[in-house]
Amino acid sequence: MLACQNLKIEFDRKSVIKDVSLEFPPQRITAIIGPSGCGKSTLLRAFNRMHDLTPGARVSGLVTLSGKDIYHKDEDPVLVRRRIGMVFQKANPFPTLSIFNNTIAGLRLSGLRNRALLKEAAEKALVDAALWDEVKDRLKSNPMSLSGGQQQRLCIARALAVDPEVLLMDEPCSALDPIATAKIEELMFRLRERLSVVIVTHNMQQAARASDRTAFLWMGELIEEGETEAIFTTPKKSMTEDYITGRFG
Amino acid sequence: MDAPAIETPEMTPPSLVLQILPEGIRRWRSTGRGADRLFRLVTGMCAAAVAGLLLIVILFMVKGSLPAIRDHGLGFVLSPDWDPTNQKYGALTFLFGTAYTSLIGMAIALPLGVLTAVALVEILPRGLAKAISLAVELLAAIPSVLLGLWGIFELVPLVRSFEIAIYRSPLGFRKLPIFSGAPLGVGFLAAGLLLAIMALPFILSVSREVLLQVPTAQREAAYALGATRWQAIRKFILPYSWKGIFGAGLLGLARVLGETMAVTMVIGNTPQIKASLFASGYTLASVIANEFTEAPSDLAISALISLGLILLVLTVLLNAAARLMLIYLNRRMGTQGAK
Amino acid sequence: MSRSHQLRKLHGRTMEALCLLAALAAVAPLFAFLWHLVSMGAGALNPALFTQLPLPPGEVGGGLKNAILGTLLVVGTATVVGIPVGVGAAVYMTEFARPRMAATLRFACDVLSGVPSIVMGLLAFQVMVRPMHHFSALSGALALAFIMLPVVVITTQEMLHLVPHSLREAGHALGIPAWRIASSISMRAAAPGILTGAILSVSRIAGETAPMLFTAFGNPFLSLDPKAPIATLPHTIFTYAISPYDDWHRLAWGGALILVLGILGATLLSRFILWWHQRGLNA
Ligand SMILES: Nc1ncnc2c1ncn2[C@@H]1O[C@H](COP(=O)(O)OP(=O)(O)OP(=O)(O)O)[C@@H](O)[C@H]1O
Ligand SMILES: [Mg+2]
Repeated sequence: MLACQNLKIEFDRKSVIKDVSLEFPPQRITAIIGPSGCGKSTLLRAFNRMHDLTPGARVSGLVTLSGKDIYHKDEDPVLVRRRIGMVFQKANPFPTLSIFNNTIAGLRLSGLRNRALLKEAAEKALVDAALWDEVKDRLKSNPMSLSGGQQQRLCIARALAVDPEVLLMDEPCSALDPIATAKIEELMFRLRERLSVVIVTHNMQQAARASDRTAFLWMGELIEEGETEAIFTTPKKSMTEDYITGRFG
Repeated sequence: MDAPAIETPEMTPPSLVLQILPEGIRRWRSTGRGADRLFRLVTGMCAAAVAGLLLIVILFMVKGSLPAIRDHGLGFVLSPDWDPTNQKYGALTFLFGTAYTSLIGMAIALPLGVLTAVALVEILPRGLAKAISLAVELLAAIPSVLLGLWGIFELVPLVRSFEIAIYRSPLGFRKLPIFSGAPLGVGFLAAGLLLAIMALPFILSVSREVLLQVPTAQREAAYALGATRWQAIRKFILPYSWKGIFGAGLLGLARVLGETMAVTMVIGNTPQIKASLFASGYTLASVIANEFTEAPSDLAISALISLGLILLVLTVLLNAAARLMLIYLNRRMGTQGAK
Repeated sequence: MSRSHQLRKLHGRTMEALCLLAALAAVAPLFAFLWHLVSMGAGALNPALFTQLPLPPGEVGGGLKNAILGTLLVVGTATVVGIPVGVGAAVYMTEFARPRMAATLRFACDVLSGVPSIVMGLLAFQVMVRPMHHFSALSGALALAFIMLPVVVITTQEMLHLVPHSLREAGHALGIPAWRIASSISMRAAAPGILTGAILSVSRIAGETAPMLFTAFGNPFLSLDPKAPIATLPHTIFTYAISPYDDWHRLAWGGALILVLGILGATLLSRFILWWHQRGLNA
């Protein structure tokens, strides 16, 4: 299980996440909501150590996966990222690789060479990402020829191919139309059976219909978290209610 | 995306508007209408002069070459004999020298430039990267003749001791064609090394820009999949950049082809076609530099100008090809990599 | 998995070390050059270098007064022609020309900036030395102006592009004529950048040697006559460098040091101006 305790994140001494503790149970979809700039992406990126790449970023507190501190000095961020997949706001397939090679890029990175295994893994990931039927005849073509929704599902397939324990998604549908969005939400429900999904979203309806748990973040602080139904029907804090009913943010 | 990729200088200070606009209005009131036309006309003429320069250089180089071309035909390019006193003008030896030295220079500068660009963009902390960029920029500002001067007094002796080591090596390296001949120091290798030094800043700055244009999203995708830094560089960032780096190579090559002074000072100026790195040679540019003012006849001058024409054609073609390619790449990235 | 992962990491480290080594190799020539230059040139740097004329070959002593003045004259003349024309062309391209026209002109400049300087020297020979039947300072200046022109256009244009569009639009909204917007708004906002570009292009032509060979030609005596052959510093350095005389070598290094101090000083000055300008904008 992915969890964080007293997590604090600073950029050049500017505090962006202040003392957040959260758990992401397996086989659950957790939505992180909050107004723009409140630190949702920053929080999410701490879970696969993406901040290691940003000079000036400082993460303190505890992030654990199955009880082990992923920021421990003996932990290799590269290996952490293989266990915790990530999907970004804007689909970012590799334009230099074919659809097939995009799907198995992560496996190649970990040294897998066997063609048969790679083929099998690619098909499985594409099926899981509900993309297989649409691309099975054009695996060799360039991913930029796909539609935006298809590209995003390709990125999901790419993340799934390495069989992660957690899938982090940062507003994966914000650039997509309602039909493509519905497809991805459907997909999340199926993925829930195997892994825990964390999704950042701006869209209150999406959080309400497509998540099991919801965490509400405001100015870098966790205001409230709990079962989605409870948050949306009987929030404990008035601020949460104000936000989900659209009174600010 | 969240992480800012490259900082762009802040350029919209309202204070500047307040400073300049009233000034503009005040001055405008004091002038008439014809001024607008006049200003356009004058600046337009300047622009025409620049465009005209390209036409004029082509025109005059062709015109100057005509006597030699009439006399020898275009086939003079393939003749190895150059003997002005006997009215024999063949360009092959010089073409070879230019090609060989450029090849050596590019073979060194291209990998060095690309690896350095990788270090600057992907590996080194920003401050150090800036310092190195500045140093290489200063290197680009050193005139060719001064690098030649340094070449004569420091690089050539260095090359010579390397050549002597090869010559004496018990492994018999000197039997290899590229290492054969007397260890003089001057020759293709010394010239190629100086060319590498001159091409490096150029290749570095273009490839650095190409690497900086790789979208942050691509880098993040690679790292999020569990790529090590070198894997991200090797498998995703460099493949994304190859075409641009190829363009950088073409531009660097165009630079190197016409380099004159440094090469003239260390190549030995001997018209011969030899495969050995240690042999002396002669290039298109250096024969023009050495023989122009001592040309025995108008025909000799015309022949030298025709060598210049070859240089002009090569550099214009290379530059045009590389620029068109970079423009095309920029346009493609503009539509696709836009956030 | 773990073992192969260790191997991959090792490979990555090695390759990254290679990149760092390349970066080191890239800066090494500059320092080797500067070190040699200072150790050779410092000894030659004395007042005589600036105040005396060269002596006949083989005699010890003398200076580079004629070459220094010659370079100032030739480069100065080229600058007086090259910078206004180049800036004018850049202003036309950025402010008035249609996009297609601007792109074509820019392309021509890019190609021109890649034409070898020796070819520009041949051009100046063809258009000036030949008709006038003798080498001259003026033809040298013309060659340098040809070389600097595309450089000035490109840098000026880049600086003008940095001027925010909103500034121009504000001008248009107030009904200021286009030429006033160009001259009093765009050019003024870009002035420090244009100055930077001008300094850089001057320092680029100051070291040009190849085109001087068959235009300015060189002159062992002091001459400031624009119609007569003239000595320039880089050309003199070349002649002395390939000569067999030790004392000429000494003078060559002294001249080299002067030239480099001028060029590097100008380069650093231009960077400083830009930095200062941008700091002012950000404040
Ligand atoms: N690399 C960085 N360097 C400095 N500050 C940063 C960096 N990344 C984010 N921030 C700052 O952290 C704060 C939170 O940003 P973050 O992107 O996490 O917000 P968000 O909740 O994801 O917003 P949105 O809904 O708009 O995506 C912002 O004030 C932002 O300016
Ligand atoms: Mg965000």
